[in-house]
Amino acid sequence: MNTYFHSVTLDTDKCKGCTNCIKRCPVEAIRVRDGKAVIVQERCIDCGECIRECPNHAKIAVTDSLAKLSEYKYNIALPAPSFFGQFKEQVNIEDVLYAFRGIGFDEVFEVALAAEIVGHSVHEFLNEYKGKRPIFSSACPAVLRLMQIKYPDLLDQVAPFLTPMEVAARIAKEQASRKMGIPYEEIGAFFISPCPAKVTEMRNPMTTKHSAVNGVIGVNLIYKDIIRHLGDRTTNGGLDKLQRATKFGMAWGYVTGESRNIAAATTLAVGGIHNVISLLEEIERGELKDVDFVEVQACTGGCVGGPLNIQNLFVGRIRLRDLIKRFGTREAYFTEADLQEIYRQNRFAATEPVEPRAIMTLDEDVSRALMKMERLDQITDELPGLDCGACGSPNCRALAEDIIRGIAFETDCVIKLREKVKILAEEILDLARIVPPSMSDTSKKGGVGREH
Amino acid sequence: MVDSLTYTPQITLEFKIGEKDFFVAGECASRVKKTLQQLGLKQNVIKRIAIIIYEAAMNVAIHATSGMVTVHVEPDAITIRTEDVGAGIEDIDLAMKEGYSTATYEIREMGFGAGMGLSNIKQCSDDLKIESKVGVGTTLNAKVYFQDQTRQADG
Repeated sequence: MNTYFHSVTLDTDKCKGCTNCIKRCPVEAIRVRDGKAVIVQERCIDCGECIRECPNHAKIAVTDSLAKLSEYKYNIALPAPSFFGQFKEQVNIEDVLYAFRGIGFDEVFEVALAAEIVGHSVHEFLNEYKGKRPIFSSACPAVLRLMQIKYPDLLDQVAPFLTPMEVAARIAKEQASRKMGIPYEEIGAFFISPCPAKVTEMRNPMTTKHSAVNGVIGVNLIYKDIIRHLGDRTTNGGLDKLQRATKFGMAWGYVTGESRNIAAATTLAVGGIHNVISLLEEIERGELKDVDFVEVQACTGGCVGGPLNIQNLFVGRIRLRDLIKRFGTREAYFTEADLQEIYRQNRFAATEPVEPRAIMTLDEDVSRALMKMERLDQITDELPGLDCGACGSPNCRALAEDIIRGIAFETDCVIKLREKVKILAEEILDLARIVPPSMSDTSKKGGVGREH
Repeated sequence: MVDSLTYTPQITLEFKIGEKDFFVAGECASRVKKTLQQLGLKQNVIKRIAIIIYEAAMNVAIHATSGMVTVHVEPDAITIRTEDVGAGIEDIDLAMKEGYSTATYEIREMGFGAGMGLSNIKQCSDDLKIESKVGVGTTLNAKVYFQDQTRQADG
């Protein structure tokens, strides 16, 4: 696919052209041009930092709507584990699951259940793995996209498994197809997402050729409908027990949940894209070889901190933890033997390697790139170093880069412009002082006087 | 005189390192790495260079009272030079041995000074020169060629 689709987009009407988002973006993917923010498509990793940062709520995530359900004969909702942390304390897991039937889904399959499969597979994989450590989680697409452009060296250490979302879609559709006798293609699987990067992941998946997910619906879009149907058991008699995931899968909703589920000897869990960056810097330098597994999440707090969620991340986390404590089913749906069989068959292994994307390079030719770099350093030195962002680039260095790439000018810098105006003003003043000889005051010299 | 026909582009990056300034070593390595990525160098070359810079800067931070890391990039090679004022190295051959270390207990406690620095640098460099005077300081010059395919990077 040539056009790289992005979920994170701009609501031009709301954007006031301030510079808050450009300064927060971890990959410097936003510029302000003609009074509006512009997202540099090839750089954006859909982490959602700008959605959180924008004071005017002008950054939005494009997700699918419930209308897309009409395209399929049979629809399955795939709620993310973190979704269950979005409700008041008296709501239980079963109530939430039933609500999906209430709003038009035929079935609901917890992504937490698929997470348990991935967790088990990664655990087994780590037991046999002899290569470079640590192994990174493959669950957060924003982090993988970050690694593609900034830490390509570490990509071969990404756990070679599909994401829980992908696994959930595959199992849910296979099961439904068998049970209902409906062709696989006529079944729609919809991920209920706290995360814009998952939308991008569905359209341009990194670890598989084609995603089995048919739509990604933002939690923010579906929340009100779900609230209205909480505990709605009018459909299907209300007797089925829908909750199947255990606390191990549910806990993937917040940071540390995944690594606990994977249960390697030494694990490390980090949330927040800027924290992830400093950790990856360290690992790329060759540190932390003694750590087996690193859970890396773009959002602070993990998926409960997703930009499309309703609740504050801390509230979401405590609600989710509380739910797990009260309603986490004891009996696992998949037996140890099932999980072992899945792992041995390599059923949910990644089929595509995550490829680097060298978009930071100044030029394909090293010599020419070096020339540009020379110029880049020169320009940077001449810029004021305020990193004010008024030029529309996130900092002075980024402006210098934009100048080199031919998409900005030195005079875009207000300080530089001011200097130029000053020089010009002085020149004008100097010029104004010069009087033609025919008009100059020569009385002092005792020549032919002239009044003025 | 600079002849415009033989002009080769080059850049120089400099970092000051103070005594026990462990933090700055990582920063040097990261900054240089970002620069080299922008230049489009191969990942394994960048990695070797980053290791050299990190280890060399760490050596300055651990053993010297002050020092300087200078990174000089030309179209075909990079030179990493550290100059420091400090204890110096008594026996360079011995210092190059894996596991040999004169780092203090405190520094080892912090997880540094395992005696792998110089041997790591040697493994990653195409050319390495170390000059040292006890009680005065040490100068290290490491060179990595971008096109050299004859050697393999370590892990």
